[in-house]
Parts: sequence; structure tokens; C-alpha cells
Amino acid sequence: MKSLIQKLVEIPGPSGFESQVREVIRKEVEHLAGNAQVDNLGNLIVSWGEVKAGGLKILLAAHMDEIGLMVTHIDERGFVRFTTIGGVRPVNLLGGRVRFMSGIQGVIGSERLSDASKAPAFEHMFIDVGAAGLADCAVNVGDVAAFERPFLDLGSRMVAKSLDDRIGVAVLIETLRELDRRKIESPHQLLFVFSVQEEVGVRGATTAAYGIDPDVGLAVDVTQTGDTPNSARMDVSLGKGPAIKLRDQGMLADPRVVRWMLAAAEANRIPYQREVLERGNTDAEAIQLTRSGVPSGCLSIPCRYIHSPSEMVDLNDAQNAVQLLVALLQQAIDLA
Amino acid sequence: MLDTTIGHNPGLTEDQLLLLERLCNACAVSGNESEVREIVLEQVRPHASQLKVDALGNVLAVREGTGSQPENSAALSPSSPVSAASTGRRLRVMVAAHMDEVGFMLTYDDEGGLFRFEMVGGVDVEHLPGKPVQVGRDHIPALIGMKPVHHTKAEERQQKVDPDNLRIDVSPGNGRKVKVGDWAAFTSPFMRLGPSFCAKALDNRLGVASLVELFKSPPPNIDLLAAFTVQEEVGLRGATVAAHALSPDLALVLDCTSARDLPVLDRSGMAENTQYNTRLGLGPAVYVADRSTLSDPRLVRHILEIAKKESLPCQVRQPGGGGTDAGAIHKQLAGVPSVSISVPARYLHTPSSLCRSEDWKNTLALVYAVLAHLTPDILAVER
Repeated sequence: MKSLIQKLVEIPGPSGFESQVREVIRKEVEHLAGNAQVDNLGNLIVSWGEVKAGGLKILLAAHMDEIGLMVTHIDERGFVRFTTIGGVRPVNLLGGRVRFMSGIQGVIGSERLSDASKAPAFEHMFIDVGAAGLADCAVNVGDVAAFERPFLDLGSRMVAKSLDDRIGVAVLIETLRELDRRKIESPHQLLFVFSVQEEVGVRGATTAAYGIDPDVGLAVDVTQTGDTPNSARMDVSLGKGPAIKLRDQGMLADPRVVRWMLAAAEANRIPYQREVLERGNTDAEAIQLTRSGVPSGCLSIPCRYIHSPSEMVDLNDAQNAVQLLVALLQQAIDLA
Repeated sequence: MLDTTIGHNPGLTEDQLLLLERLCNACAVSGNESEVREIVLEQVRPHASQLKVDALGNVLAVREGTGSQPENSAALSPSSPVSAASTGRRLRVMVAAHMDEVGFMLTYDDEGGLFRFEMVGGVDVEHLPGKPVQVGRDHIPALIGMKPVHHTKAEERQQKVDPDNLRIDVSPGNGRKVKVGDWAAFTSPFMRLGPSFCAKALDNRLGVASLVELFKSPPPNIDLLAAFTVQEEVGLRGATVAAHALSPDLALVLDCTSARDLPVLDRSGMAENTQYNTRLGLGPAVYVADRSTLSDPRLVRHILEIAKKESLPCQVRQPGGGGTDAGAIHKQLAGVPSVSISVPARYLHTPSSLCRSEDWKNTLALVYAVLAHLTPDILAVER
């Protein structure tokens, strides 16, 4: 699973520009499931199995996109001004490196700092792609770039950009592989949605859920932890198992879905944590509010330093998430 | 054919200019778009095969193309551009322009012809003191006043204007002609300034006028689904339901976007204006991204290619804030490939905005060419 994660995080795919990530995912899953379709917004939708007696149509979503930068202006000397895509923070940028979809790389610099103790605002920063001038600068207004940072293997802990939410993507791919390898029988039809534009407002999940019209929705995404020095207080830690979400800023998880998840974890002795996230939201918010409403929940992978170029997760949490999903997806859901 | 083009406005007819003038001088603050809607209905009715005003007040007008249409195409899913590619079915293209403008609503009668008010849509309170406005259906003239400068203290002049201290002053005699709940709009009659126009609400009467012109003579290859929308300035509300009703294969939004292209408009002290959004005279502005939408890259590519092929000027709007009806449309149903094109104009959401006539002319030409060259193949490749 580690090599799959590394492969996924090393591809640039800011919101709206997920096609390179999608191609890698498609190669991993297309032989495992019936058909893989791409919808109008670019979501990759993979269907597995069919609804049998006692089964439902379940949408499983993990987003392919990551936060990034977009070019707004290139000056006479070839310095590139930018705006942000998704929740980028100034403090995470200075001295960082970026890679454009074309492969061009650059470093982030800033104008003279009047106060070196504070990160400058985005409009006082620029990307230097090594150009000698405007004519030599091979990027255009509207081009997008992602953080550039190598994958770091720290044993069970892994560090990389875009683990939010390539770790969720990896969990869904592994789940599909396990279902196939163990020839699992499930009463449910599973629709794996590798979604777009989550970081700019859960847009891909909005349209995918409308198109699919599922009975139940489940997102797989990262969540914050409260286990670092002087962190915000939160009862989730790295390495203590995937987190079953009860609520976040955008969703009160459906209690029936939560019960279904808790029961599967308990019955199969899979470690898990209960998650209450005070800030942030996931694709589950969009799915829950689709059409006449969809019972929805979220399985979270604990992650430190979210939206920095060095996000950290624990491999055991991801593997346990796969085990939980495989167990869960064989069980009927009581929606009474 | 008689050449009716005029001196400073090459390529635009006097009829087009008069239509824009009528639209700008009409008042249509969000939620109260009937004056503009009446003009739109009068203009599109003779050309529409289907025409309706929906529950929110959007004008939805359909004009089918005259290009080839295979048999039994009606059975096809309307929201599948891929099926259009494989069958040669005409694309159903939604083109949207919002009719509403920013303004005010009277909230409390202080008597003596003075009314408290709320802003409707994005208005900067700093722009309001000393500005004439017009209230209600009868366009009752009024004024938003302010303490004169020689009666203010130095520290008062450093402070931001407090909207609670402002009143709409209709004067005592007219106080009975207006009432709480009435809308008010800026009063700035349309003017021609050499190669420019100046008016209130160029955002988005330029888009409305463009869509009317397109509807009168559309390219034959598409089914044109025109949506003149309401309540854009308060959150893209009209477009949300219009897109659901029309269920198009793709959408093009016509709007008006800021040109902040003065040498240095803010006081940041930056040596170079790097945040101009758009610049006057460089042609229509194509959106790659704003706060509401990441435009469909296939449509952006198509627009830029057509502009190049047809030698029409066009500029990429600086990605960043702001939003258009595309923000609501692209998320509707199972997703609608969407993009926006705006005429650039200075001083939007103030009493007077200003645009170049050549930018409008080039927008009309680009929009027509973009649609005329639209084929289902463009959307047959994955986004």
C-alpha cells in the first residue's frame, strides 16, 4: 500500500486539474470493476457489484484534488504572481517549491519583509521559475501549480504533500482490491467516486451524488489530530485507528450510518476513534444534501499538518480503514 | 444594407447603443427586476420558440438551431454531451446573463422624508455619501446625504462611513409616495464619452444586451437556451433554478467584470499594479477561475483558440475572487460544463461604471464565433 500512496501523492492535481491523478487511479482500478466513467466535472466513477436482497446503492467518495496555486500575472522580469486554490496559508509558502502541470518548477519568494516575524500576504509573494525575463517565462496566466515535496518514509508514519486526500484515494483503491482478491459477496452496489474540486467547496461530490442518486453516502477523507504540542484540543491521534465521524462543520453524520460503522469495527476488533471535528468539512456534506437527502457518514484518516506541504499519516490507520470498509460493506444497513 | 455604424463606436449600430442605454437606465435591483424583464421580453418574444418567466422571475427563452437534427433525438438524455457527439444531435447551450443590479431597500421610515436603508448586493458604503438615488416604481428622486466637510472634525474624516448614519432623503412631500420595502437604485443616466460608455449597472446590462443581440441572430448549429436571470448579486439564486429547468449540455455566462487598471488604484505602495483583474481595451475577459467556479478547461481552450483563429482580441481575467452565474450553473444536476466571458468595465458597483465600446463590440463578435464553432467533440474528451 505504501508504494501506491507514494505514486498517488507525487502527482500534481490541484482542484479543477485532476486529470493526471485520475489516469493513475484508472489504471489501478479499471480491471477490478465493471466500468469506469468520467462525468461532466471530471469525477471518476467506478461501479462494483449490484444491489441484491437487503442491499443498497452506496456511494463511497475520496477526493482526487489538492490545494494549489494559480498564476494571475507575470511581470516584465518574469516573476510570477499567483492566487490560491483551496485553503493555502501564507505561512506554509515561503521557501517552498512548486510544480506546474506542465512540469515546470519554481520557488516561492517574497518582496522585502517589513516584519520578518510575520508571513507576508499572498500579494507580496511570487513564484520564481528561473526565467531571465517575461519572454523567457514559460507559464501563462491561469496555469496551476501544486506543492513540490518528496515523499518521506518514516516507517509506519509517512509524510507528503496531498495526503489530503490521496490517502483516502489509496484506501478506496485498496478496498476495491480486497473485495476482488477475497471474492467478497456483498448485498450492496458500491459506487466508488474519485471526486474533483473538494478543496474549493465539495463541488465534484455535489454533481456526482446527484447523478448517482445513492441510498447511502460515505466519504473517506483526512481529519485533524490533537496529539501534537500545544495543538487544538481534539480527541483524535495518529496511529490509534481510523476515525468514525460524528460531526464536522458541514455535517451531522447520520446516526444510523454511524451505528453501522461502529458495529462493524467492534465485531471485527478493528481499532477506531470517535471524531468530532470543529472546523472543516468533507464530500459527505454535499452527498447528504443531495436531492431529497441521503443518509451519510465519513471515515477519516487522522492527519497532522493538513494543507502544509508535509502532511503526516500513519500507515496502520489507512490499513485499518481498509479492513473496516471491507467488513462494513458486507453488512446490511438498518435505515429504519 | 444601410451602414448605421457611428463615429466613435465602430461596428456597433445605433439600435444596439439605444438598447444598452434603455437597459442601463431601467432599474432592476435584485428581487425587483421587472423593468429590465419587460424590455427583454419585448426584444426576444418575436424570435423565441419557447418563452417563459419562471417562479423566481428569470426569463427563459429557447431558440432552436436550424442545423441538421437526427430523428428520435428527443429520447436522448439532454445532459449528455457525449451522446450529442455520437449522434450529431445539436448541442443545447445555455447562455445566461443576470438582469439585476446592486442597490438599496428602504427599511425604516424616520419621517420627514428620511428613510433608513439596507444595501442589496455588494455596495461599498464609502461610495454612498452625496449620491443621488431613485426610489420605487415611480423613480422618485432622492439623495444619500452626509455632513459637510467643514462641519466634520479631523478625526471624523479618518473614520469609515457608518452606514447607520446614512439616510435616503426623498424630502417631505415625497415621503408618502415611497414606503418601507421599496427598492432604490443609483441615478446616473447613460452617457457616451468618446470611445467609452458610462452608466449605472453596466454590470450586467452589457451581458443582457449581448444576450438579446445573440438571441436575435444566433449561430444555426446550436439550440440556444437563453436565461436572463434574477438575484445574481445576492447569491446566484436565479441561475440556480434556471439551470435546473433548462438542463443544458453546457453553459456560457455573459457578465461584466472589473477593470482595476489605473496605474495605482490602491495605496499599497506597490511599484506595479499586479492586481488589475482586467484592462480596458484588451477585449472580452475569459474566466479561468473565480471564487465560484473553476471554468471547464475544454471550453477555455476553445474560446482562446477561436479568438486566435478569428483574430479577435481577448484577455484572460486574472484568477481570483468574484463570481458569476456559472458558480450556480456548473454544480446543477449531474454537472454542467461552464465558462464565463465578461466585458471589462471600471468602477463597478458604484453609481457610475465605464467601459469601452470596442470591448463590447469584440465581446459580441467573440461570443458568436465561439458558439458557431461549438461541436460536441469538444466535450467528448474528458475534462
